[in-house]
Order: sequence, then C-alpha cells, then structure tokens
Amino acid sequence: MIWTLSAPLLLPFFTAIIAFLTRRSVAGKWVSLSGAVLHLGAALVLVSAVLDQGVIAGSFGGWDAPFGIALAADYLGAAMVVITGIIGVAVALYSFADISKSTEALGFHALFHLLLAGVTGAFLTADLFNLYVWFEVMLISSFGLLVIGGSKQEIDGAVKYVTLNLISTVMFLTGVGLLYGMTGTLNMADLHFAVQEVENKGLLSVVAIMFMVAFGVKAAVFPLFFWLPASYHTPSFSVSAVFAGLLTKVGVYALIRAFTLIFTHDPELIETVLLWVAVLTMVTGVLGAAAQSDFRRILSFHIISQIGYMVLGLALMTPLGLIGAVFYLLHHIIVKANLFLISGVANRIAGGTELARIGGLYTHAPLLAVLFLIPAFSLAGFPPLSGFWAKFIVIRASLELEMWIVAGAALFVGLLTVFSMTKIWAEAFWTPHPDALAPKLSRLSTHDWRAMMWPIIALAVMTVIIGLFPGVFYPFVETAADQLLNPTAYLDAVLGPDAVAAAQSAVGQAVIVEGN
Amino acid sequence: MGATSENPHQTGFLTAWVPVVLAAAIFAFFAGMIGDVSAGLAPEWSWAWLPGLDVALAFRVDGLALTFCLLISGIGTLIMLYASSYLNGHPEYGRFALYLFSFMLAMLGVVLADDIIALFVFWELTTITSYLLIGFNNAEAKARRNALQALFLTGAGALALLAGLILLASIAGSTRISEIVQVEGLTEHRWFTGTLILILLGAFTKSAQIPFHFWLPNAMAAPTPVSAFLHSATMVKAGVYLLARFHPAFADTSLWIWSLTLAGAATAVWASILALRQTDLKQALAYTTLMALGTLTLFLGQSDAYAMTGFITFLIVHSLYKAALFMVVGAIDHETGTREVAQLGGLGRLMPVTALAAALAALSMAGLPPLLGFIGKELLYAGALDAISAPVLVTAAALAANALMVAVAGIVALRPFWRGGVEALPKTPHEAPWQMLAGPVILAALGLIFGLAPSLLQDTLVAPTVAGLLGTPDMAKTLTLWHGVNLPLLLSGATLALGAAIYALHGSVRAFLITTLSRLPAFDNGWDVLINGLKRFAAALTAIIQTGDLRDYMRWTFLTLLVALVATGLLRNAFLWHFDLSDMSFAVAAILIITALAAVTATRATSRLMVVIAIGVVGVGVALIFITFGAPDVAITQLLVETLSVILVATVMLKLPRLYEGGTNPFRAGHALIAVALGGTMTLIMMGVVQGPLDLRLTEFFEQSAWVDAYGRNIVNVILVDFRALDTFGEIAVVAIAGIAAYALLRATSYHKKGEEK
Repeated sequence: MIWTLSAPLLLPFFTAIIAFLTRRSVAGKWVSLSGAVLHLGAALVLVSAVLDQGVIAGSFGGWDAPFGIALAADYLGAAMVVITGIIGVAVALYSFADISKSTEALGFHALFHLLLAGVTGAFLTADLFNLYVWFEVMLISSFGLLVIGGSKQEIDGAVKYVTLNLISTVMFLTGVGLLYGMTGTLNMADLHFAVQEVENKGLLSVVAIMFMVAFGVKAAVFPLFFWLPASYHTPSFSVSAVFAGLLTKVGVYALIRAFTLIFTHDPELIETVLLWVAVLTMVTGVLGAAAQSDFRRILSFHIISQIGYMVLGLALMTPLGLIGAVFYLLHHIIVKANLFLISGVANRIAGGTELARIGGLYTHAPLLAVLFLIPAFSLAGFPPLSGFWAKFIVIRASLELEMWIVAGAALFVGLLTVFSMTKIWAEAFWTPHPDALAPKLSRLSTHDWRAMMWPIIALAVMTVIIGLFPGVFYPFVETAADQLLNPTAYLDAVLGPDAVAAAQSAVGQAVIVEGN
Repeated sequence: MGATSENPHQTGFLTAWVPVVLAAAIFAFFAGMIGDVSAGLAPEWSWAWLPGLDVALAFRVDGLALTFCLLISGIGTLIMLYASSYLNGHPEYGRFALYLFSFMLAMLGVVLADDIIALFVFWELTTITSYLLIGFNNAEAKARRNALQALFLTGAGALALLAGLILLASIAGSTRISEIVQVEGLTEHRWFTGTLILILLGAFTKSAQIPFHFWLPNAMAAPTPVSAFLHSATMVKAGVYLLARFHPAFADTSLWIWSLTLAGAATAVWASILALRQTDLKQALAYTTLMALGTLTLFLGQSDAYAMTGFITFLIVHSLYKAALFMVVGAIDHETGTREVAQLGGLGRLMPVTALAAALAALSMAGLPPLLGFIGKELLYAGALDAISAPVLVTAAALAANALMVAVAGIVALRPFWRGGVEALPKTPHEAPWQMLAGPVILAALGLIFGLAPSLLQDTLVAPTVAGLLGTPDMAKTLTLWHGVNLPLLLSGATLALGAAIYALHGSVRAFLITTLSRLPAFDNGWDVLINGLKRFAAALTAIIQTGDLRDYMRWTFLTLLVALVATGLLRNAFLWHFDLSDMSFAVAAILIITALAAVTATRATSRLMVVIAIGVVGVGVALIFITFGAPDVAITQLLVETLSVILVATVMLKLPRLYEGGTNPFRAGHALIAVALGGTMTLIMMGVVQGPLDLRLTEFFEQSAWVDAYGRNIVNVILVDFRALDTFGEIAVVAIAGIAAYALLRATSYHKKGEEK
C-alpha cells in the first residue's frame, strides 16, 4: 500500500534528478515528459486503488501512525493527485515549445518536477509537519521557476512571491509548534481526537485561526492575496499555467483538510470567518480583474475570485457545500491552467498579452478562438460547461441555507466574471490587430503547434466532458465530500480501527467527565 | 455586407443548404406531432443528466411548446435560406450558419425543456449564441459593444432566473415544470415573493421589458437575418414563453397580475412612440418588436379565456408578419444600399414581389381584415375589456399601441414601395434573389391564409395552448373574422382611424418626438455611465489593494494575522493574563532583555552592517536560551546558522546600495506597533500553550524504540533519519532545490545582462 501511495510522490524526484543531469541535452525534455506521464500513471493507479478499497493509508519506514509519518489518500486526495498528473503532462508537453534551450540548461525540467513532487506530497501526507515540508519544497522550487527567466520583472515578482509565502510558511510552522505543544502529536488523524481533549478550547480556536491565515495566504484569499497578482504574469507561460492550476489549490486543499479533519470544535467561528473571507475574496478578485488590461493579469485576478467560490463551499460546511467546493477545485484546475496555456499561444502568434496591442485572433485563428471560448465560458459559469455545475452547486447550497446575500454575491461575481472574460474575447479575438497583423496558428512551426495545441485541446475536451456528463463525476465528488464531513474512513485507514475505537471511547469519557 | 458574384469566397453548396435542409426536417418532425398534441397528448422524453441533484434532460411537447417549435423551426428554415443568399460570399458564412443553427437548437431546447435546469442551460445557450451573432461584424466597435450589452443584461437576468428556479424547485419539491405548476400552495410559501421576482427579472430582461428594453434595438447591429430570427421572432420571446409556462402556477397572485400588466403596458406604449421616431427601417421594426413583447406580457398578466386566446393568436401573428417585414427590410437594404425612410420610395414597380409580401405583412400588422392580425387584435380587445387588473388601463394601452402600429406599418412597409419621388439610391434596385423572397412571401401569405381560414389554427395549436395556459381544456375562444358588431369591433375601427391620423401627421409627430426625447435622459447612455463607473470603481479599489509595494503587502499580511489572533483570543477568552514568572532566573531575564534590545536596534539601525550585527545578537540570544533549557545540540545548530548567515549577508552587502538615502532612518511607528503587538500576542499564546499539560506519547515512544527497534543511541538522530525520515528527505530536497534555484538565478541574470549588452 505504501508503494501505491508513495510512487506518485517519489517518481517526480527521480525524474527531477535525471532531468537535471540531462538538462543540457535534447533528452532533457523527453525525460521530463516521460516522467510526467509516469507520474500520471502512478496517480491513476492510486485513484483506482482508492476507488477499489476506499481510503488507503501507509506509513514510511514501518513506523505506524502517529509515531512515524503516514501518507493517506481519500477520494479528494487521490483526485487532486490525478489532476496534478494531468496538468503535469500537459505543461511538460507545452514546455517543448515554450521553454528555451538556455532555460532548460538552467534546470527548468528538474524544478518543474520538484514542484510536482511538492504538490503531490501535500495532497498525500497525513502528517501536519510533513505537510509543512512539502510546502517548503513547493515554495523553493516555484521560486526557482519564477527567477529562471532572469528578467528584472520576473525577479521583482519572485521576491514578492517568496517573501509573502515565506511569512505564510513561518505562520504555518509556528502553528504546528503550538499545536504540538497542546496535543503532543502531528498526525492529522491523531490530531482529530487529540484536539478534543484540549482543555483551553479558546486557545485552540486562536491556533486554528493562525492556520487559517497561513493557509489563506497560500490559497490567495482576501486580504492576503497580494503575492499572486504581483507574480503570476511574469514567468514563462508554462510556469504560470502550472502555478495557476495547482499552487493556490494546495492552499484551498489545506484549508479543507484542516477545517474538516482537525479544527471542528468551533464551527460557528470558523464558518463565519470563512464565509466573509469567501465573499470578500470573490468580490475583490473579480473587481481586480475588471481593472486589468493584460491577458494574464485578468486571468490572475480571476483565480482569486474563483478561490472565493471554493472557500464558500467549505464555509457552508454542508454536504452540498463541500461537493461544490471539491467540484470547483477539480474543474478550476483544468480550466485555469488551460487559459494560461492559451494566453501563451496568443502571445506567440499575436505578439503580446497586453490586450490593446493584440487582436484579430477570431478571424485568423478560429481554432484558438473556440479553444478559448470553452474554458473562458466555463470559468464564467455558462452551461453546459464544467464551471456551470460548480457554480450551480455552490449557489444552490447557499440558497438552501437561506444565505441570500452570499448567494447574491456569488451570482453577481459570476456576472462580473463574464464581463472581464468578454473583455479578453472582445479585444484579443474580435478586434482587428492594431498593426493589421494576421495572427494565424500557422505562424507556429509544426513542432510548436503540436506541443502547444494538443495540451490545450485535451484540457478543453475534459472541460466539455465534465460539462456534458456531470453525472459521471458527481457520485465520486459526493463520496469525496462525505469522506470529509464524516472522516471515519480516513481515521480508520490512518490509525487503524482499533486505535480509532480506543480514541473514541477516550474522548467519550473525557466528554462525560467534562459534563459532570 | 452582402457580396457580389465575383467574390472569391463563394459560399459552398453544402454550407448553404445543409442548415436549410436540417431545419426543414426539424419542422417536418414537429409538424408530425400536431395530431397527438391537438388530441391532448404531451409526448415526453427524459435522460437522467445529473441524478445526484435531480437534474434531468427532460423534454415535453405540449401545445405551447409545439406552437413555439413550429415557429422556431419553420421561420428558422426560411431564415437559413434567406441568409445563404443575403450573406452569400461572406468569408465567415460557415461560422454564421453554425451559430444560427446552434441558436435554433438551443431555442428549441428552451421551449421543450421540462426540467428547470435543462431549461436554464438552453436559455443560456441562446444568450451565448446571440452574443456571437450580434457581434458577428466583429471589426466594428459598435457591434462589440452592443453584443456585450445584450450579453450582460440578459446574463444578469439569467442569473436571477437561476436563483429563482432553484428556489422554485426547492419550494415545489420537484424539478419538473409540468409537476411544479400543479403543486398546491406554491404561492403561500414564504419564499414565494422573492422567487417570483427573480423569475420575472429573468423573463423581463430576456423579453426586453422596460426598464431593460434598451439592449434590443442595439442588438440590431447584427446582420438582418439574425435580427429577424433572434431579436424578433424567437429569442426575445423566450421571456414571454417563460411567463406563459408559469402562468398556470402564478397567474392568480396580485404580484404577477400587476407587474405583468404595468411592465407590459408601459413597454407597449413607450416602444410604439419610439418606433414612430425612427428613420431607419430596421430600428423602427425593432421598436415594434418591443411593442409586441409588451403586449404579450400585458395579456399574460390576465387570466381570461379571451386574453389567453388573444395571446397565442397574437404571438403567431406577430412572428409571421415581423419575420416577413425584417426580411423585406433586409432585401431593401441589400438591393438599394440604404434603410433610411426618407431616401426610399417607388420600389413597388422595381420589386413587385417584395412589395406584395410587405403589403400583406403590413396589413396583418395593422390588424386589417381579412388577415390574421385582425383576428388577433379583436381577441386582444375582448380580453382587455375583461382584464383582471384594470380593464380601462389595459384597453387604453392596447388601443394606443395598436393605433401607433397602424401608423408604423404604413411608414415601414407601404411608403418605401408606393410613395413616389425616388431619390438617388446607392444601388440600382431590382428584385432580390428567390431565396430572399421565399421567406417574406410564404410568411406573409400565411397571415392571409390563416386569416381566411382560422380553423387551421383553432384546434391544432390554439386550443391545446390555451388549455395548457388555463389548466382546463376546451376554454379557447373561436378564431373568426366576424363576431358581429360589438365593442372590440368598434375599438378596431377607432384604432384604424387613429392610426391613419397619426400616419398622416407622422412627419410633424416625428419632429416633435425627436426634440422632446432628446431632452430626456436615455437608458442607453445610462448603460455607458454604469459600465464606466464600474471600471473606475474597480480600478480605484484595485489601486488601493495592489499597490505594487512589498512593504504594504507585508504590513497588511501581518496586520491580518494580528487582528485575527487578537479578535479570536478576546472573543473566545483564550488568553491567560496572569502568569507566574517567579521561577525565571536572572540569567534568562538578562538574555531576554539583551535580545529584545538587539531587536530594537535592528529596526533603528541606519547601516546594513549594524542591522546584520543586531540580528546576529538576536540569534545568539536564542541560542543561549536553548542552552539554558538543556538543548545544547539545537543551540550549536542555531549558532552555526547564525554565524553563516552573518558571513553570507556581510559578503553580499558589499554589492548592495546604501540602506537609506541621506543616511537617516525614518522610524516607522506603525511597523513598530504591529511588530510589538504581534510579538506580545504570540507570547500570550505561548504562555497559554505551556500552561496546558504536555502530552508525551511520542517522546516516550521515541525514547523506548530508538535503541530497541531502530538501533540508534542518539534519539534526535534516529528521529531525523528513521522515524521521520521523509521529513528529512524533503528538507534535503529543499536545500538541493535552493541550490538549483540559486544557480538558475545567478546564471539567468548573467544571461540577461549579456542579452542587454548585445
């Protein structure tokens, strides 16, 4: 079991080593692509094991939880790893055309796979300190990917990115230390029980809020999202696609994990705070997008507003709310990464991402226009694309709780999303090119066409399939949400049923003593 | 717009004909269902789309749906045929046909859907295809703006509709429309008012009721076949369709009756007045469409059998004559190169077939016997007199709107053909190709045929639809040209007289309208104000948040943490304010004071060297604390790291610019306050944590197993390399990655510099 779990985690490390050794040869990118494919393969093996057996867990070195470090995959974790694998393959292929030889020689592919390793580790670990380690791996490899281009603009973005994320990491580490001091354990399943025995519940809430702020920076929620719009438009398109797809989602994932598995003692506080954070994130993010005039900057601000929807689903803390959050996560990774990949093609054939300086893509590159419309309208929540179902579920979940203002905000933000997506459409696609250029896809060489367009086509097809056949994916997401709200299966898998039964009776007694 | 035969982009045979044939096949399919539906059956089909949320792709064909389907696919066929000639040779005709056909399918989906979510999905698909079609002349800024306006307004309405439909399904406990409308007590639910308002918002924006009407005339930026099909005969009627669909459930509430009556009456009258003002034929027609939509809404606010029969008859009448007239105007534009009323005249001799079709359609529009328009108008007057809301108001509104329609019919469809004195035209007019004539002729002729033989419609479409609207069969009134002399007939006479008078005076009326209306604020300008305001607000807000200065970002991040921790601590009474510090030794206190002083010095230092030294002292102080508490190994590590960082930073420093220009260091009170407050809060939290019992399960396990199971004497080492080996692996990876990143950064910047030098 541990090998099924650790294969998608360890494979990128091996790929990274080989890719680094071959960074100056043509083989480097093929190593990267093969490694990405193997990573996706391992992720698919993992998800089939999870589908087969339910939540699976294992521990490293034979030291059982809570003493050693445990890895675990429930439906959500496994699905996130698969999506990571998909984005990995798409971007690895795209980088064939997007990444220059000199950047490859600096170790681009190694850093890329180390980033994938960090992301995968974060989705699979069942240990809070180990999660911190994966956050560090992600942070430092993403820093490398940000500065690898070496321009002043990129380094400026990278400095802001790394400083603010470092602050978040320090908060996270402080929180881990405090929580360990209160409970004496780091395993997340063990923490589920251990926190229930903490006497000073108020202090536990303070520590919980500390985690919320730390993960909030990672997830880029209001008012902690500064680093994202400061850096996402600067690096290569491959890098911004993989960042846009995955990085903030690790933060959202960590929020979901922490507040469904560990900090469930003070739901009133947590849900209220998350709810307002969600609404403000949606609104400020989408208004930020409305103020931009660059393809990638608009997309970057949209990430923030969409994170708001995911946090909203979590804040509702109902089965339907969490279904919405998980559906949103999975749909959004595909759509957002794809939009960034498309912006890269637009940059190549139309000569930029500043909307005022490009145009004519609708007339001259109709295929790209269609491929843009699919993720763009999906992001804006138009049916029958994947984003519609995600939005529909979240809005229905808030209406069911009679949260009128929240539902209204979510709908209104959807409208503003349409507004700024059509801005890209109208200016980059409909408006003729200001220099009367004809931005045809044939401006790409055959090699580059294949490397850039096939990932875009594949991701667009996935968006359409999720949109047309949501019924296929829904039961999976429903189970994922159920496992989050009722983590018995997760606890059993990580700690073993006997330990869970013992812990439950201990907590039960503690509650009885408290009652007396 | 149009193209001549020497155009190299001759539209291919298949591109031109496949949509026409497919649309005709769809029409034939629905025509084949007339028998079943008129017999009272309602064929259904469904597929579980998202069973987890009770969403089904469910279709149901009843009288109302079938009437719409026949209009959509029938007019659709003629429009596709028309467009293949109208846009013949356009390089993007393939895309155009695709959008238009997709629209037709989406529209069919709207009227056939029995599941509310399926209805919404198709509803939005009509919005998207409409957006692409209005912006079809994408190089024109006006087309892009108007496309966005339509998308934004109908999109906003659609979001309200979505919320309304979700609530409605929740109230009714079903997602099937055919079941929802039969649920008892729907209107007594406490959510009902809000739900109905949301649904009405969706319907009113789509069907362009006041105050959401202004997008529709702007949508005429689309090519004429689009205007004829979407923005007159079909899509804009989706809102009306929705109202009709929910009529059985809501029609007896006063909210329904009054909002439909008032919005419909205001739209009908106001639009008729504006129609008279226009000098562009297409714009004039656009406003008459608004009038028709207002009239249909007005009558859906009533529940009388006459009103319902009048509604469905007028719906059919309007679709027939309006599509015909739009195609006629398109043909005039195509053949003469202008749509300006003042320039056109005497086309009757040059384009006789077009003129005949236009005359028939215009007579139907004016409501003259023996055309179907006359029957429709009579029924509407009968319905108005029995109106449930305010018969006088409804009748007056209908009379005013109809009279104005008579005048507009004369201006739009008679004057260009029969008025003498032709001015020089951009092109020499001749009859349009047969593909462009077929539509107007067939549709106009149907107005006459149905007028002469209304029984063709009576049992096939009208009766089943009225039965659906009222919920009981056999209520439909008879369609006939002669009802005897009664009040509706007198009203018809008055309408004609009034209309003729307005027509005679329309020149001066128009001049009066233009001067008066130019003094009123226009809705369309309001839209620009709204959008610009939104942009400015967004820009201002974003400039406040995203300043571009890292120090601002850090300040807000720390402040957020501080506020969050303090607020939670106070709210949950988490902090312990009394701690016992009596066991603190003098040595520890001294270390703490020195460390704190060093930290303050670091913030106030004016040179980098001073900052580095001060931070070094802080690090050493921390190491000393570790030693005091019996962790010499940790202390050694700390000292090593500190020494190394001081050396590294000092080396790098030589290359850095001065810390503060001018050598003075402005003390930042705000920063200091945040730092001290955050430090104090962390101390409070720490004090709380250490006062709780320490759980030593893990420590005890490590102590016991380190030697016995893991064969190591140094517990810390065993933890690092065995118990938590994965962490150590990750941290080693971090160091290695930092190395790669540093290598990449240094090399990349030197590459970059080389590039600049070149």
